[in-house]
Amino acid sequence: MLKILKYSFYDLSRSRWSYVYFFFYLLLGVVLLFLNNDLSNAVITLMNVIIILVPLIGTIFGVMYFYNSREFTELLLAQPVRRSSIFLGQYLGVAISLSASLILGLGLPFIIYGLFQSGAIWDFASLLISGVFLTFIFTAIAFNIALSNENKIKGFGLAILVWLFLAVVYDGLFLLSLVYFQDYPLDKFSLVASMLNPIDLSRILILLKLDISALLGYTGAVFKQFFGTGLGAFTSVFVLILWVVFPVWRIKRIASKKDF
Amino acid sequence: MVSITNLHKKFGSLVVLNGLNLQTPESGIIAVLGPNGSGKTTLIKSILGMVVPQKGEIDVNGQKVKKHWNYRKDIDYLPQIANFPGNLRVQELIDMIKDLRGKEARDRELIDLFKLEPFLDKKLSNLSGGSKQKVNLVLCFMFDSPLIILDEPTSGLDPVSLIRLRKLIQQEKAKGKTILITSHIMSFVEEISDRIVFLLEGKIYFNGTVEELKTSTGEKDFEHAIANILTENHA
Repeated sequence: MLKILKYSFYDLSRSRWSYVYFFFYLLLGVVLLFLNNDLSNAVITLMNVIIILVPLIGTIFGVMYFYNSREFTELLLAQPVRRSSIFLGQYLGVAISLSASLILGLGLPFIIYGLFQSGAIWDFASLLISGVFLTFIFTAIAFNIALSNENKIKGFGLAILVWLFLAVVYDGLFLLSLVYFQDYPLDKFSLVASMLNPIDLSRILILLKLDISALLGYTGAVFKQFFGTGLGAFTSVFVLILWVVFPVWRIKRIASKKDF
Repeated sequence: MVSITNLHKKFGSLVVLNGLNLQTPESGIIAVLGPNGSGKTTLIKSILGMVVPQKGEIDVNGQKVKKHWNYRKDIDYLPQIANFPGNLRVQELIDMIKDLRGKEARDRELIDLFKLEPFLDKKLSNLSGGSKQKVNLVLCFMFDSPLIILDEPTSGLDPVSLIRLRKLIQQEKAKGKTILITSHIMSFVEEISDRIVFLLEGKIYFNGTVEELKTSTGEKDFEHAIANILTENHA
C-alpha cells in the first residue's frame, strides 16, 4: 500500500490543483491576518471559511481524482497488489496531500505572524485538526460516491448534493425543527443532531475551544456543559473518527466487489 | 496452468459467462476466439481478478484467484485498450511498474526491439495509438512470468512491429510458457496458436487444435471454419 500511496502522492504533487489549493490557503491566511491584525480574530474568521470550504474541496477533489485515475487503477489491478491497498493508497494519497496543503498554507503565515508566542496556538491547532478530520471524512465520502457511480456527471452531482446537504440544508432543517418543536425540551435532540453532522460537530468543537459559546445562548450553555467535559470531548472526537472509519470501511467493501 | 470450473458472470441481466469450464495445457499458445460480446475479455479479466464472477472457481498454478492477489506475480497481462495515466512519461511508467513488481525486468531489450527510445521522455497522453500499444507490450513482456495473457495484442501495430511481436511470442513459447491470446485477425491466430478455444454464449463451444477445427467443420480454410461455426449457430 505504501508504494501506491507514494505514487498517488507523487502524481498529486505534480498536479496544478494541489498548488492552487495551497496558494489559496496561503493567501487566505495572509489576508485575514492583515485585515484582522489579531490572531484570535483571524482564527474565528478562518473557522467560518474552513468549515464550509474544506468539505467542498475534499469532495470535489476526491471525485475528480478517482475518475481521472481510472487508467492508473486498471493498470494496478492487473499487478500483484492487493485490491484494498490500491484504493486505500489512493484515498490516503488524496487526503494527506489536501491536509498538507491546508496545514502548510495556513500554518506558514500564522507562524510568521508569531503564532508560537501567542495564546491562540491551541485554538489554531483545534482549527487545523478539525480541518484535517473534515478532509479525511469528505474525501472518503467522495471515493464512496465515485466507486458506486460509473457515470462521472452523476457522481459529481451526487457529491455536490451531499456536500450541500451537510453544509447548508442540514442546518436549515435543524433550525426549522427547533422552531417547530420549541415547546418541547430540545437540548438532547440538538446535541444528537449536531453530533450526526461532521460539519456541525467540528464547528461546535472550535467554537467551544474559542470560548465564545456564550454567543450560542441557552443551547450554548448546554453544549458547553456536554462538550466542555472530558466525556464530551472524547465522544465528539470518537464520532469524528467514526465518520472517517465508516466510509473508509465501505470503500474497501465496494472495491472488493467491483468489476473493472 | 489455468483451471476454470463452472464460471458464471452476469452484468445486470446480461449473462456473459454461463458455466464455463477450461483447463489449459502446461505450455503452448491458446487462442480464445468468439464473436463480439462472447465474453473473451470477461474471461481474461476473471482470471486476473479484475472481474468478480458470481459463481465458479479459477485456479492459476494451483492458487485460488478469488480474494487473492499474490498469484498475479506469475502473470503478464496486455490489456485490450492501452489506457495509461496521461501525465506520466514513458520511462516513469516503466520504472513504476518495475518498482511495484520488484522483479528483474528486461525493459532495455524490449525498448530496443520496438524502437521506443525516442519516446521515453514523452508523456503518455501525447503518444499515438500504435506507440502506446508498443509501451503496452514492453510493460507486458518485460517480466519473465510463466503465464502471459494478451488481449488483442495486434491492435494498432504497423507490419514491422507485428512481425517483431510474432517473433517475441514464439520466443516466449519456446521457453515453455502458457500464452493466452484473443484476436480478431484470423491469419495471426492460425499462424501462432497451438489450440483454439471458441466461446459462444458464455460457454466453450470448441476446444482443440486448428486441424481439429477444420476437420470438424469440414472447411479447408481456417477463416471459413470459424465463419461456419458462427452461421450454424446463427450468432
